[in-house]
Amino acid sequence: MSEAPSLEVRNLVKHFPIHSGLLQRRTGWVRAVDGVSFAIKRGETLGLVGESGCGKSTVGKTVLKLMEPSSGQILIEGTDVTHLAGGAMWPHRRRIQTVFQDPYSSLNPRLTAGTIVGEPLENFGLAKGSEKEARVAALFERVGLRPDAMNRYTHEFSGGQRQRLGIAKALSVNPDVIVADEPVSALDVSVQAQVLNLMIDLQDEYRLAYLFISHDLAVMRHISHRIAVMYLGRIVELADKRTLFSAPQHPYTEALLAAAPVPDPKRKKAGRVVLKGDVPSPAKPPSGCHFHTRCPYALPVCRQQDPPLIEVAPGHHVACLRRPAGGDPVPLTPTA
Amino acid sequence: MVAIPQDTAAPLPRPGRFGTFVRRNPTIFFGGLLLILLVAAALAAPWLTADPFRLSPVNRLRPPSERWWFGTDQFGRDVFARTIHGARVSLLVGLLVAVASAFIGLALGLVCGYFKRVDGIVMRVMDGLMAIPSILLAIALITLTRPGLAIVITAIVIPEVPRVVRVVRSIVLSIRAQPYVESAIAGGTRGARLLTRHILPNTLAPLIVQGTYVCASAMLIEAGLSFLGAGVPPEVPSWGNIIAQGRSFFQIAPWTILIPGAFLALTVLAVNLLGDGLRDRLDPRLARRM
Repeated sequence: MSEAPSLEVRNLVKHFPIHSGLLQRRTGWVRAVDGVSFAIKRGETLGLVGESGCGKSTVGKTVLKLMEPSSGQILIEGTDVTHLAGGAMWPHRRRIQTVFQDPYSSLNPRLTAGTIVGEPLENFGLAKGSEKEARVAALFERVGLRPDAMNRYTHEFSGGQRQRLGIAKALSVNPDVIVADEPVSALDVSVQAQVLNLMIDLQDEYRLAYLFISHDLAVMRHISHRIAVMYLGRIVELADKRTLFSAPQHPYTEALLAAAPVPDPKRKKAGRVVLKGDVPSPAKPPSGCHFHTRCPYALPVCRQQDPPLIEVAPGHHVACLRRPAGGDPVPLTPTA
Repeated sequence: MVAIPQDTAAPLPRPGRFGTFVRRNPTIFFGGLLLILLVAAALAAPWLTADPFRLSPVNRLRPPSERWWFGTDQFGRDVFARTIHGARVSLLVGLLVAVASAFIGLALGLVCGYFKRVDGIVMRVMDGLMAIPSILLAIALITLTRPGLAIVITAIVIPEVPRVVRVVRSIVLSIRAQPYVESAIAGGTRGARLLTRHILPNTLAPLIVQGTYVCASAMLIEAGLSFLGAGVPPEVPSWGNIIAQGRSFFQIAPWTILIPGAFLALTVLAVNLLGDGLRDRLDPRLARRM
């Protein structure tokens, strides 16, 4: 491990103030992201998975510096960009690009496709005039669009084509990292596969690091190398894809996998962990382990003690008090 | 064999583009038409009417007739000529106030929506300005200087600007949260390009709509100021002045008040119709200003 990871996040925290009452005084905090750490190497995809509201998109936006982190560190290719604001952040934006969730609202409806894709090139002074046109045309071809579509407006494109435009735009400035926030969740399943395969091809070609945010486990399985599972602002389990799917260690991961539909009618339904209740509010997270209110294996100690994220096996991190370091993955028995 | 009747009917005449536009946007059409007629009359006033200043004591307070369409006032001046000339003042004030408020409001609104630090300060100042009644401000300004068009416009623009600023600011704030703006920022777009390419184009439609409301309200305030003697100099035939001068003779010569009053109402109606139509067409989300 000689080279610095493309993207490293250390103990990232993002709290949003809650204002209420007549004087709009701060009455609390929403702990959207509560101490998240990970690193992504060149050419690697880290999947960030979790329920709605667990803070995965906030991680993405904070890493992109579209939001200021409350604390923690963000390093892009070894450069600390945590506290760079405005103009100081600007030169680093070239290295980290993004593909947004909604292909309909993430492209300015008043601009042509070519203008949108070429804008980062203009911004960073990388190409102008006919050279820019040529590079945009090449990008169009690379993502599977006809270059003569450059002069069309975005409403003339389908969802999948729009997402290709978003990818072309992100790719235009040769970034090191691409943050993809639910890039395919608005698309049809068949189109999803095309876009995912395009992203995988591009990753191989340019050795891109992806932070891939999704709630869809099937998509995750397809594109990720490693997967981090988030629950209420914290990573509860981080492992490579194979391990996570075959031998999940955290009760929440287990439940998440059990909840995903498997296209096999003969599969036994016995032993499936079904979670009860709702996700607690991130404004009032439970004490101790955030998951103890819904965990079928919770112990009294889980209410008091924060489980640290420990490496239980090489590359496999779990934050659960019932999974001490070096312990074997023993099946747990429900406590209640 | 039964002969199948040939379909000989001519195809139904399709309404042209213009007809479709009128049917879909009746308010834009009628408001616009009325306004165009008024503007045309105002522009052509010197050729269309007699001299609005010519006194003719013999023909004082004549009722409307073939010779004096709208009658004459207490000095024998032609009310038709004065009313049409009055349209020039009202329309000019409405236009200038709308343009000035729109420009100042757009600039301040963009700054407020874009720079969070300035926002709080500027918006509190705007709240303060909004609390000043334009009539009182105009009277104060005129006691300090001489009555004139510039003072009237200034006095109306100052309390109108905050309304425009609020609209522009709220739109800028909502556009800034749009994914495509975040996407542009992430793509390295900043400063002037972010404003002109991504934010400004989306503020223009609501700004135009708001401008028509400001224009209508400016014309009403101008008439009120002139009526009180705090507007344009009394010798200028503006609708407020004509009404003020006709006030004492209202019972014997109601036309001196009713006709400029009707024109004022009609003009404001035309501008508001146009504004409503444009709002429905350009920006259905914008709530009608009170």
